[in-house]
Amino acid sequence: MYAFNYHKPKTLAEAQALIGKLPEGKLLAGGHTLIPTLKQRLAQPSDLIDIGGIAELKGLTVTASAVTIGAGTRHDEVARSAEVKKAIPALALLASGIGDRQVRARGTIGGSLANSDPAADYPGAVLGLGATVHTTKRTIKADDFFKGMFETALDEGEIITKVEFPVPKRAGYMKFANPASRYVMVGSFVAETAGGIRVAINGAGPCAFRWAEAEKALAAKFAAASVEGLKHKADGLNSDIHASAEYRAHLITVMTKRAVAQAGG
Amino acid sequence: MNAPTGIGASVRRKEDYRFITGQGTYTDDINRPGQAYAYFLRSPHAHAKIKSIDISAAKSSPGVLGIFTGADLAADKVGGLICGWTVTGKDGTPHKAPPHPVIALDTVRCVGDQVALVVAETREQARDAAEKINVDYQALPAVVDPAATLKSGAPQLHAEAPGNLCYDWDFGDKAATEAAFSKAAHTVKLDLVNNRLSPNAMEPRVAIGEYDRATDTLTCYSTSQNPHVLRLIMCAFIFGMPEHKMRVVAPDVGGGFGSKIFCYAEEVACVWATRKVGRPVKWTSDRTEAFLTDAHGRDHVTHAELALDKDGKFLALKCSTIANMGAYLSTFASSVPSYLYALLLAGQYTTPAIYAEVKAVFTNTTPVDAYRGAGRPEATYVVERLVELAARQLKMDPVEIRKKNFIPPNAFPYQTPVAVAYDSGQYALSMDEALKLVDYKGFAARRAASEAKGKLRGIGFAAYIEACGIAPSSVVGSLGAGVGLWESASIRFNPTGSVSVFTGSHSHGQGHETTFAQVVSDKMGVPIDQVEIVHGDTQRVPMGMGTYGSRSLAVGGSAIVRACDKLIAKGKKIAAHLLEAAVEDIEYDKGTFKVAGTDKSVNMQQVCFTAYVPHKYPADLEPGFEENGFYDPSNFTYPAGTHIAEVEVDPGTGHVTVAKWVAVDDFGKVVNPMIVEGQVHGGVAQGVGQALLEQVIYDKQSGQLLTGSMMDYCLPRAEDLPSYTVATTETPCPHNPLGVKGCGEAGAIAAPAALMNAITDALGVEIDMPATPEKVWRAAQTRVTRQAAE
Amino acid sequence: MATVSITVNGNKVSRDVEPRTLLVQYLREHLGLTGTHVGCDTSQCGACVVHIDGASVKSCTTLAMQCEGASVTTIEGLAKDGKLHPMQEAFREHHALQCGFCTPGMIMSAVDLVEKNPGLTEDDIRHGLEGNLCRCTGYHNIVKAIAAASKTMGR
Repeated sequence: MYAFNYHKPKTLAEAQALIGKLPEGKLLAGGHTLIPTLKQRLAQPSDLIDIGGIAELKGLTVTASAVTIGAGTRHDEVARSAEVKKAIPALALLASGIGDRQVRARGTIGGSLANSDPAADYPGAVLGLGATVHTTKRTIKADDFFKGMFETALDEGEIITKVEFPVPKRAGYMKFANPASRYVMVGSFVAETAGGIRVAINGAGPCAFRWAEAEKALAAKFAAASVEGLKHKADGLNSDIHASAEYRAHLITVMTKRAVAQAGG
Repeated sequence: MNAPTGIGASVRRKEDYRFITGQGTYTDDINRPGQAYAYFLRSPHAHAKIKSIDISAAKSSPGVLGIFTGADLAADKVGGLICGWTVTGKDGTPHKAPPHPVIALDTVRCVGDQVALVVAETREQARDAAEKINVDYQALPAVVDPAATLKSGAPQLHAEAPGNLCYDWDFGDKAATEAAFSKAAHTVKLDLVNNRLSPNAMEPRVAIGEYDRATDTLTCYSTSQNPHVLRLIMCAFIFGMPEHKMRVVAPDVGGGFGSKIFCYAEEVACVWATRKVGRPVKWTSDRTEAFLTDAHGRDHVTHAELALDKDGKFLALKCSTIANMGAYLSTFASSVPSYLYALLLAGQYTTPAIYAEVKAVFTNTTPVDAYRGAGRPEATYVVERLVELAARQLKMDPVEIRKKNFIPPNAFPYQTPVAVAYDSGQYALSMDEALKLVDYKGFAARRAASEAKGKLRGIGFAAYIEACGIAPSSVVGSLGAGVGLWESASIRFNPTGSVSVFTGSHSHGQGHETTFAQVVSDKMGVPIDQVEIVHGDTQRVPMGMGTYGSRSLAVGGSAIVRACDKLIAKGKKIAAHLLEAAVEDIEYDKGTFKVAGTDKSVNMQQVCFTAYVPHKYPADLEPGFEENGFYDPSNFTYPAGTHIAEVEVDPGTGHVTVAKWVAVDDFGKVVNPMIVEGQVHGGVAQGVGQALLEQVIYDKQSGQLLTGSMMDYCLPRAEDLPSYTVATTETPCPHNPLGVKGCGEAGAIAAPAALMNAITDALGVEIDMPATPEKVWRAAQTRVTRQAAE
Repeated sequence: MATVSITVNGNKVSRDVEPRTLLVQYLREHLGLTGTHVGCDTSQCGACVVHIDGASVKSCTTLAMQCEGASVTTIEGLAKDGKLHPMQEAFREHHALQCGFCTPGMIMSAVDLVEKNPGLTEDDIRHGLEGNLCRCTGYHNIVKAIAAASKTMGR
């Protein structure tokens, strides 16, 4: 790691003030993406602003209509929450499959979303459920949040405060993990929401995206068989040593089918 | 009642307490007073000329104590790294072993090649400074593929090795083999890639160099499997200094699997640099460096053919292999795809004619050398995939075809057509036991059950052979080895009866502190907790050749038995004197010396005490109770067995689940069954890793390593592996005193072939390792298309 | 330099460190607790697992400064009053270690897994070890040891 200064604000206001005056500074949440990056010397922030001690960013609220998760809430807490399991079981399941147990004990939803790693799990749920991302400045709809590989709608210095997931009628999540890193190679989050069917695909493209064709087919009939004959095009999908774009395209269908089946369709 | 502790007992390991409480001492846990830290600037190019290196800005970086380049080592006449085994090619010329500088001089030949060494007060400061070194490279075209490097027009790595050819070697009877093929009823052909692997011992390599002015002695703390060999290479070939002025300490070592046999640039550089900066110098590899610099394994491209008569009897086998050596020849690299490979191509079978050709080649990749099994997994893979394919093509049962061709138990010692003479074996016995354990008869029902779930099920066999206990010095010498491959042991009884055993074998997970103690306890009649095994320090252990090739018990253990026998002989003289009897009348059994036919006896403790307090003692006998033993085996040992794998394939994703694993091995006599089972488990896991998950990949154009971290190089996790059913049959080795054969590599040798045979059985399509999900999915698609066509 | 105070294995300690110091470096280099190992640099291998405030975490992916005021348990702190923890006993009894390098992290991870998940099946244990790599044992005996310890722990 390159040397940096370390700050640990106690409130969101303090954090905002710090990030405002430290243009080369970076926010540190759970650190499970940032610290490995720093160790490889792939980033050289002047300052780290550790937002792990800010109470306002923590906690879960579950109502009949929404699950709201503070940005600083760790994956493990979401995975184990009896209320989340009851309200949106697919969300708890997704959280229980992020990284490994040690990663889940430290990593946070805010950190994961702000990074927008194409191979992360949470973007699937945010997009699949049509969640709303709350920040220090505004609220951002899921459909407007993910902009590309490691790119989001967040401005410089804008901090995610919480994410609000509307409770769907039903939802399912299936992923095929990269065998080495266990990140998502292809994931599919399928939900029947008040606003209609949503199918979000993560891992396969530069960032999470919706699969309109599958949404249409599932709207006609919410059943795994509805997806059977569909094939996502390979163009534009990620291709690497672990999976070609063509294989990823194939897995999109398989994972979506299995996610629908998991959701009871 | 006390649990048994002798030979054959599953004694719980003596070394475990320190490991489970965090008290182990690995090399990185050692910190020397005043120590400074080394960081190596490495080449970002696979192939480039170094036009200039500017260290001026780096020199003034905070904490820097010294920055060194290849020129500095050359000025001090530091020799290059060596290959200790010379293979002679078809044309009678020795292999090409181009210079391998510790730090590159004017050319870098693989990504990660050492370019400069920075020594600083802290590790981070050393790295900070290294980033300020300005190297002007002229990038050159690179080649990473072993077949491509032989093509005309390929980038050339070394002036000393035209055409990138290290050697073109052959073995066996070409004429007899061709004659057998010409009259064969069936010929089975197969092209195979044996994928390149990264060993990935969990402990990364570490080296500390330290100079003691008072004794004018250099000490190297190193994560080595064979500290004495490292000392020999550094003193005799690199520094040109007497061995008694160099101490090598390899304390607790966190796994080796071959990768820690070799003499590496970093340990040499740290030992050299310590005198330059006047401080101990420590280097700790990170995992990224480990992927770049730890010698890789395998990387063969092979065409193989098997000739059979109309009844499925093997007539001949031939194969042609290109073996990738990487950018330079590592310590034992040349022997791996030659003598450790072709000599095993008879497998467990009576194949009368065998011919192998091997071209070893240089490419712009990390050097390749011995990795768990070293040549023998490659041989078993060729033989067992061919045999399985032959069964499929001849529509024979894979068990039947093997049994038809097994060397029968009454044929031993059995001279194969590829030089080696197998000592003993009961191949059908292991096979039958394995069939029982896997419930072969029930397979059809299990396959049907899988198919009902939409899954494909396959079963695969590997009846493997290995040659362990490397080896008779005279034999390996005649084949080009630069060293003798004996082992040494020294056993010292302390006056009150406790025992220190000094062995040249090195334990880095194998449990020698327990197994060797069992042998000594059993032979000498001393409680096991009174026996201490000392290894891994050239200053404490007089001589040794180290641990590799599953040789520790067969060779190192035999040296211990030699020393025990000498002590018993001496003890008889002391006992005879004490008991006022003739030496010839003294009988010895497990710690008791007895006058034959009487009840007069003395025990080991009394004898030992008398040796040190020789008040009543034979006049012509030296006092003291300590003996050395050297052992040079008369032959390799030949462990063998059958592994059976069963897999379930998800045709939708290509994911393979290993559903069942049965291993029945014959390791000869077993000293500690618990430890032996553990060795099999670990070996199988690495073999499954090779077949399913692991593969080093370089970018073909740039030569960049694409699998440079555990994010991209897939190591098996608990979830990827099944529980194993492990059993042994026991056919003692007839030529060493313990009757043991060696067990460390068997799993890694048998597993890849067994697993690939199972996967290809499920798919009905031949594919190469590793059977990644995408590759399996594509094969499953082919199967569907083919079925539709039928 | 900054002062970091942590309760390690029940003892409150304080050291002046650079902000870029990882928890594992704090433990190994500043406190001399070398039982916690480093096997990779991408948070995959789990050789560095310790407990922070009762949760198993990778100390190579945690800054020492993030642990200010926290309570950390390492492998050295697991045995109490000279008595091995049941997980340590089980690892020895079932030959769940060979070279021993992954063992401290593996044991710390296993203790946390069992404490938080009663009634583990073999599949649960294998899945629960997703954050720990072992290159020697093939996991067979590690799984056995954890299954055995899950029956004796908390008795």
